[in-house]
Amino acid sequence: MFGYAGRILHIDLTTGKTHVEPLNEEYAKKYIGGIGLGIRLWLDHSKAGVDPFSPENPLILTTGPISGTVWPTGGNGHAFVSKSPQSFGVGESKSHGSFGTELKRAGYDAVIFKGKAEKPVYVWIDDDSVQLLDASHLWGKSPAETEDIIKEELGDYYIRVAAIGPAGEKLARVACIINEKTRAAGRTGMGAVMGSKNLKAIALRGTHDVTVAKPDEFMEYVKEFHERMKGPATQKYRTLGTPENVLVHNSLHCMPTRNYNNATFEGAEKVSGEALNERYVAKIIGCSSCAMRCEHVCVVDEGPYKGTMTRMEYEPLWALGPYCGIDRLDAIIKGMDLSNYYGIDAISAGAIVGFAMDCYERGILTQEDMDGIDARFGNCEALVKLIEKMGKREGIGDILAEGVKVAAEKIGKGAEKLAQHIKGVEITGYDLRALKTAALGFAVSFRGADHNRHGAYAFDVKGKVNRLKAEKGRGKMVKDMEDMYTLIDSLIVCKFSRGTYYKELEDMTKLYNLVTGANITAEEMKRAGERINNVARLFNIREGLSRKDDNLPWKVMNEPVPDEGPSKGAYVTQEELDLLLDDYYEARGWTREGVPTIAKLKELGMDDLIQLVEKKAEE
Amino acid sequence: MVKIHERKFVSADPDKCVGCQVCEYICSWEKEKAFNPLKSRIRVVRLNPLVNISITCRLCENPPCVAACPRDALTQSEETGLINVDKDKCNGCGWCIEACDYGAIMLHPETKVVYVCDLCKDKGEPQCVKWCPEEALDLVTADVLAQKARFTATKKLFQEVMKTK
Repeated sequence: MFGYAGRILHIDLTTGKTHVEPLNEEYAKKYIGGIGLGIRLWLDHSKAGVDPFSPENPLILTTGPISGTVWPTGGNGHAFVSKSPQSFGVGESKSHGSFGTELKRAGYDAVIFKGKAEKPVYVWIDDDSVQLLDASHLWGKSPAETEDIIKEELGDYYIRVAAIGPAGEKLARVACIINEKTRAAGRTGMGAVMGSKNLKAIALRGTHDVTVAKPDEFMEYVKEFHERMKGPATQKYRTLGTPENVLVHNSLHCMPTRNYNNATFEGAEKVSGEALNERYVAKIIGCSSCAMRCEHVCVVDEGPYKGTMTRMEYEPLWALGPYCGIDRLDAIIKGMDLSNYYGIDAISAGAIVGFAMDCYERGILTQEDMDGIDARFGNCEALVKLIEKMGKREGIGDILAEGVKVAAEKIGKGAEKLAQHIKGVEITGYDLRALKTAALGFAVSFRGADHNRHGAYAFDVKGKVNRLKAEKGRGKMVKDMEDMYTLIDSLIVCKFSRGTYYKELEDMTKLYNLVTGANITAEEMKRAGERINNVARLFNIREGLSRKDDNLPWKVMNEPVPDEGPSKGAYVTQEELDLLLDDYYEARGWTREGVPTIAKLKELGMDDLIQLVEKKAEE
Repeated sequence: MVKIHERKFVSADPDKCVGCQVCEYICSWEKEKAFNPLKSRIRVVRLNPLVNISITCRLCENPPCVAACPRDALTQSEETGLINVDKDKCNGCGWCIEACDYGAIMLHPETKVVYVCDLCKDKGEPQCVKWCPEEALDLVTADVLAQKARFTATKKLFQEVMKTK
């Protein structure tokens, strides 16, 4: 098949041995690539109950079939998949830039890292040559510093590098993997898994051509999408960018503020997308092969954080800003920059600081516990210091770097109620009390709290449903969105471009066929999306997760929105959650316990995995 | 009599260029029917997120690449200014690469002879210019380039005045 490199690279970090095996074409067709292929491969290469930090937990890097082509946004993505040290279920995170293209040109669809190096190493994949090189001089360095040093010592400025920072080295559960300095595979702690293997960085150089099955028609389609990307479907991303959400969410009273103590922020105007663009955005740049560009590069040119430059999106802006009660953009940008420096997921970083501030204001953590930091909501200096401490795992930062769930368990004194997470993964910038379709999407998301597994908030925010009501029918809405989102993450195309696929499935199927020549139908494509959600569910079931983990944070279910206005009094009751879950499981064809039925797995052609649910039935 | 310059080359506006590499992909596709930046006649440089530019042959007057070639494999067309590579004479020694201040002439990874931008002369217009999503690439003469620089500088200088009028 075209599109795929057709090869999987295995690297055993314990022995230093590598080998290449052909890509199983059936897996390619069934699981497409990206997270789908990664999750399926993970199941083959791991044992049930493996500890996330064990050498036996494989870390899998994948690209998709579109990667390496000129397809706008599709040419450039990659994904990491492993067992998450936060959720103990599916860990997966994507990133864009140019890294994924290089892997494809090097001739691999996936790289499977197993074992643990004796001392810090980085892997240098130069087409067929794969070497483990000493990384002791890189230990303690930021991903950006690491990238510069590797390019210098390998003598090629076009090498692509993904690296962990000090937080990943020290197994902070919220550590991410950063490529090209500011692009993060952020969520679910993939950087900590990489750190547990003593693997500091992955450096790539690929020289092979990438071609497609139907070149002329493909280029015509590329041309059409270049036009679509200049249109309304991408306007938000090309102009204000995702920070536009600040004022939208704030006006709907669905922006979690001060660790969910409020759903609206009085300082929203000051940290709005409008303010950010007016004052700090210096340039909007693009990933490899993209025709829309969205990466808002912010520069702080005065004040205590002068000289800081980083990318900014809504989620980290929200987490480091309103969620910590902070209304200063320069401090938020600094917080983002520090998160990148230490290699921490910036969403989790902000969510953790918000949690710590809440503990502090309620007396659960004292100023002494906080190493003398006056961690009031709104204190910029506290934000900056706490991120630094997490990155270095110093003092209170050592506990906080575990993420809110584990940190709360260690702190005790009722801190658990303040820890806003699902499956151990920190929440993102949507107040689930007042967005009940989103609440369901977040609860069932296979990688824990996340907006990017379903995008179900769109129904609520755009007023397509009564966002304050839990009712039947939401299950199917979430399911359909999830099936689309797994396809997006498996093909890998950019979620920001999803609106340019006017006919959604049909357009994506056409793209897949033009690239691969596989000639599958839109119906088969749809089933692939559904299959990937099922295989992810099987991953979680095998690792011991169940209906009880499809849960919502304590405050979402116990503390009604206090703010006067459109969301006042909103929260999600147990009855509502049960109704939503029942409805969703039914739409999925799963049991009331949330287990895929044998009939469903057979329908999806997943007979080879039926044993995973049969075992469940025996228990 | 003074004659205006007619030679046109591809130039990137650093204010507009975002480093997306679409030009590289389009070039390698146009010339080699493959997506591979290593086979592109135009290459992107990103020094940091704010500093992006793509660079290709400037069609210099008295081009140093031609002067450096010990085998007379490189010649410049008097009419268009394009650099022609005689593939039989070139042995890939790389002196021209060393001589070029822009890194615009490169050694082909497969044929092992040098290759350089020819403005897509078969197509009538450079495809990178046509495809650039930011309209950052332009086919210009040295005169037009100087004009553009002059006007940009003046606009910047009188930004405030222009606003109030």
